[in-house]
Amino acid sequence: MNFIFAILAGLTVGAAFAAMTLRNLVHCALCLTVSLIGLALLYLQLGAEFAGFVQVLVYVGAVAILILFAVLLTRGGEAPVGRITNSLGAGLLVAAAVFGVLAWAIIGSSALKALPKETPQPALLVKAVGDKLMGEFVLPLQGIALLLTAALLGAVVIAMREKSSPAGVAVDSRSATRNP
Amino acid sequence: MASLDQIFVTLKEQLVQLFPAVLQPYVGVLLSIVAIMAVFPGIFALTTVVERKLLARFQNRPGPNRVGIPLTKIRLAGFGQFAADGIKSLTKEDIIPRNADRKVHFIAPFVLVVPAFLALSVLPIGRNMTALDFPETGLLFFFAIGAATELSVFMAGWSSRNKYSLLGAMRGIAQMLSYEIPLILSSLTVVMMVGSLSLVTIVERQTSVQWGFFHSWHVFTPWGFAGFLLFLTAACAEANRTPFDLPEAESELVAGYFTEYSGFKFALFFLGEYLGMFAISGVAISLFLGGWSAPFTFLDWVPSWLWFFGKLFAFILFFIWLRGTLPRLRVDQLMNLAWKFMLPMCLLNLLVVGVWHFTAEWNELLRWSLATVLLAGPYWLFSRSFEARFKPRTYRYAADSPAAPVVAPVAPQVPI
Repeated sequence: MNFIFAILAGLTVGAAFAAMTLRNLVHCALCLTVSLIGLALLYLQLGAEFAGFVQVLVYVGAVAILILFAVLLTRGGEAPVGRITNSLGAGLLVAAAVFGVLAWAIIGSSALKALPKETPQPALLVKAVGDKLMGEFVLPLQGIALLLTAALLGAVVIAMREKSSPAGVAVDSRSATRNP
Repeated sequence: MASLDQIFVTLKEQLVQLFPAVLQPYVGVLLSIVAIMAVFPGIFALTTVVERKLLARFQNRPGPNRVGIPLTKIRLAGFGQFAADGIKSLTKEDIIPRNADRKVHFIAPFVLVVPAFLALSVLPIGRNMTALDFPETGLLFFFAIGAATELSVFMAGWSSRNKYSLLGAMRGIAQMLSYEIPLILSSLTVVMMVGSLSLVTIVERQTSVQWGFFHSWHVFTPWGFAGFLLFLTAACAEANRTPFDLPEAESELVAGYFTEYSGFKFALFFLGEYLGMFAISGVAISLFLGGWSAPFTFLDWVPSWLWFFGKLFAFILFFIWLRGTLPRLRVDQLMNLAWKFMLPMCLLNLLVVGVWHFTAEWNELLRWSLATVLLAGPYWLFSRSFEARFKPRTYRYAADSPAAPVVAPVAPQVPI
């Protein structure tokens, strides 16, 4: 276990812990972002450039911003909230159970046994990723594209402005208050 | 002339040789960092003065023309202004609003400036002159680093506890997220054609000679030309330059997301914005305008780094010119442009690149006309909104007769 890994792991776990424990939701989201960046740096340390940069691009550039937007729009970011849950024991139990299942699955997985002890630096070519996506995994890719399109359409339908009522009065309350 | 072209590379090698072998890699890295940290802020300093002088000229006034070297009579036509500005911002009081979130308020400017420097480090600024070359993922690194800008804008806007700041931040993030899509899609054309994400490879591919006298820059192809225009528009929006400067619209939002910043932190925001503009211009140059290569073969004797910085200055002047010329867009116009015009055009351009790739053996004229028709037709359809193309043009506020069609009540503008 080398020195850089220790720093990165400390950063990732520490930020994740802060994201759990801080009282201000925006601070939590920002700490989660730091944790995601730490994860990306771990990928980079393993030589997986593509995965690392995509992690930053997708999680920091889109997901974190989405979370922050959601926090702001639900007015959670205005004041520090109190204790979120009282069922600490149940939470710990669930967390321990999830951790146990994941650890059992990873330790028992065949992929881990197949790995040689000293892994050479994997020469991951972006071209290879593209070939796989467009060849072997083209059907799942299309499925995900379809799913995302459906989600996008759903979001548009939800966000679409209500049609004004036949009397010509806009339903939107904003325009009603504008001309008293 | 080859020696002048490689003068900085040689200089760096010579300097590194002065150190013991153990330290040499670190010294090399340090020298690259120092060069980037010195050159681009230097250009920033120059740009602030040039911008103020040029904008003044566009508005028929002299602009800054007094400050020269202190304690002498030398005025330098006002080019000492940046030093005065820098000293002013350093000595000003650093005000933090009482209700502000102090930690986030403090971190925000650094989250903007540090990634801007990182983004500059992947640019090939000359032959063999790239500080940080990722042979597999150079361009991806650039876009990943750009994600921090949005985060910084949010942090600054939210932590200030000011409506103007928050409104500016929300506008800024909505704008950056929207325009990132056309930005990435338009640069994807080049990646498809070259088959590499490395900016160095992309530039080298454009140095091949066509018809004996000019280099085959990507902008000299139909898809490259369309892609360049789309990239330039999206870059303008990403850099928050007029006509896309809604996040900091000074006539509406004081200064947008950095309203509550003063002193040196304000200067850092200013620096970060300009560095971001340089970086994105540099990527546009590398992707479409041949990077450090000369336009014509008979100009190859000019050092490569001079070409890069010349093109960069041309970009800066172009952005200043735009700022002096165009009015600001409205929020809904901004979104319509990104989603209803630029996104379809970008997707179409990807198709055209595919066609271009598979028609490499065709007659050049046939190939050119096919690609041009494929791009120009939809441009004609989409440039005004699609349905408006098939209706007579109406002018909402200029209809002079009472018989003019009654216009539907204008929806209230919800600021984003």
